[in-house]
Amino acid sequence: MNLATAIRARKLEDLPGKRDEAWRWTDLRGLIRTAPEPSTALDTAGLPAGPFDPLAEETLVIANGVGGGRISVAAGETRVVALRIVSRGAGAHAGGVTVSVAAGGRLTLLESYDGEGSYLAHAALAIDCGGAIERIVLAADDAEGVSVSQAEVVLQPGARFAQTLLTGGGRRQRLETAVRHPGGHAELRLDGVYLLDGKRHADLTTVVTHTGFDGATDQLTKGVVRDQARGVFQGKIVVKAGADRTDARMGHHALILSDRAEVDAKPELEIYADDVSCAHGNTVGALDQEALFYARQRGIPEADARAMLTEAFVGQVVDRIEHEGARELARAWVAGRLAP
Amino acid sequence: MLSVSDLRATVDGNQILQGVTLDVPAGQVHAIMGPNGAGKSTLSYVLTGRSGYEVTGGTASLDGEDLLALAPDERAAKGVFLSFQYPLEIPGVPALTFIRTALNAQRRARGEAEMGAPEFLKLARLKAAELKIDFDMLKRSLNVGFSGGEKKRMEILQMAMLSPRFLILDETDSGLDIDALKIVSEGVNALRGPDRAMLVITHYQRLLDYIKPDRVHVLAGGRIVASGGPELALELEREGYDKYARAA
Repeated sequence: MNLATAIRARKLEDLPGKRDEAWRWTDLRGLIRTAPEPSTALDTAGLPAGPFDPLAEETLVIANGVGGGRISVAAGETRVVALRIVSRGAGAHAGGVTVSVAAGGRLTLLESYDGEGSYLAHAALAIDCGGAIERIVLAADDAEGVSVSQAEVVLQPGARFAQTLLTGGGRRQRLETAVRHPGGHAELRLDGVYLLDGKRHADLTTVVTHTGFDGATDQLTKGVVRDQARGVFQGKIVVKAGADRTDARMGHHALILSDRAEVDAKPELEIYADDVSCAHGNTVGALDQEALFYARQRGIPEADARAMLTEAFVGQVVDRIEHEGARELARAWVAGRLAP
Repeated sequence: MLSVSDLRATVDGNQILQGVTLDVPAGQVHAIMGPNGAGKSTLSYVLTGRSGYEVTGGTASLDGEDLLALAPDERAAKGVFLSFQYPLEIPGVPALTFIRTALNAQRRARGEAEMGAPEFLKLARLKAAELKIDFDMLKRSLNVGFSGGEKKRMEILQMAMLSPRFLILDETDSGLDIDALKIVSEGVNALRGPDRAMLVITHYQRLLDYIKPDRVHVLAGGRIVASGGPELALELEREGYDKYARAA
């Protein structure tokens, strides 16, 4: 059963849980014991501005599941659209948006999640990418909020989809991206940064299915967890039979800054084609103590040195954001979250 | 300047320094020579406060101030600089950013005004040119992908920018060809002065042809077993460390 339908129908038994392989580290069924009431409608006029509003030509708001609609970009058009997904209160809601970009069209989608309360939220994005899309997501959920965002991306031959997820997590939070990759010189970049503290949880799950030859995928996710936070990275790349000359690389690297923090990572490559170039790298560890001493020997106090090295660690992902304003905003967001 | 007395230290429970006593007055350059495993690098790490190096006895002070009570960054702000034998790579932090962060952190710690960007860049350009370092290299992540010689030059550049009072050079000549050795030595010699002192740690005499020491000490078995003038280095080069290793 579809998660949005389960939430709307208040069917707890249909929520995914730890017995579902794909959800074993993000157990919703075990967490939510009573079905929340449907969320009440929000007056969007009373909301403060979203983080991306100054960068966008137009803003689309989905408030407690209401709103959204469709973003269409025609050939030859270039648009910068902010999509705000706002959750308030303790209810449950689901909403979504449909995005389509024709060949020759360009869209910068600046998406933000903004939550206050102990809500259960779902957002669905159906994205048809025939041109070029850069999607940047800044997820600021409440520490008590439970949210799932699921993006289904259909990439057309010759198209380009680039994504950067930036998240501070939630009580339970999952940002999922599934991409159907046709090959045909289409390019895909899927990046992510999670910076988690307290008891926050974030799950970055991606599934990329290469169905045709000459496709490229480049993934880089970095995370920093402290306190009792938990980061989850599940990255799956499937290369179907016939998807020859696929070039796919996936990296996930995490820093664990306290004994009680946790990172669960599952990088998977499933390859049924010949003549492919696929690689994945996964590291989970502590901050480099030698580099830390080196910085301190030069006079940088410990807390500042830690912040500098940690910021540099995730900076390599942020640097890949193409939209300049969004990149600066992302940099400031990282610095703010890692400041001593 | 630096005064070390009966300094003892362990690493992983092994007693490496067995009572080092050493005085380096202001204006002087002292060399520490010794066989591998004598405790040369341990001495440099103990003086700079690296974790894992546990002081089990003795004292070390700079101008009368107890160094061992200070955090590594506090020692740096007092003017202690270690040129690492193996300088670290810092991915994602441009060399200029790293040096400016360090410089201003030291200035803040000393209650001085921070150096602004224009003044800093002017100084960096000047010092880089003196060390024949391409300025564009300073925009790249510190030491990432740099050759051994480039990393050593980058250490001397940091030294020149931070202008420390007490310099420890740990095997600065290792990995340097003769041209790089000359450039690095000139950089070090430029910092010699009546208010500064240096401790030059080296296995080979070669470096001391370029950085002339006032005193030479032989460290063996975790202790200074002999001290003398520059001629001692030449004797070691001729005769090796055997007799000192046995004495230890």
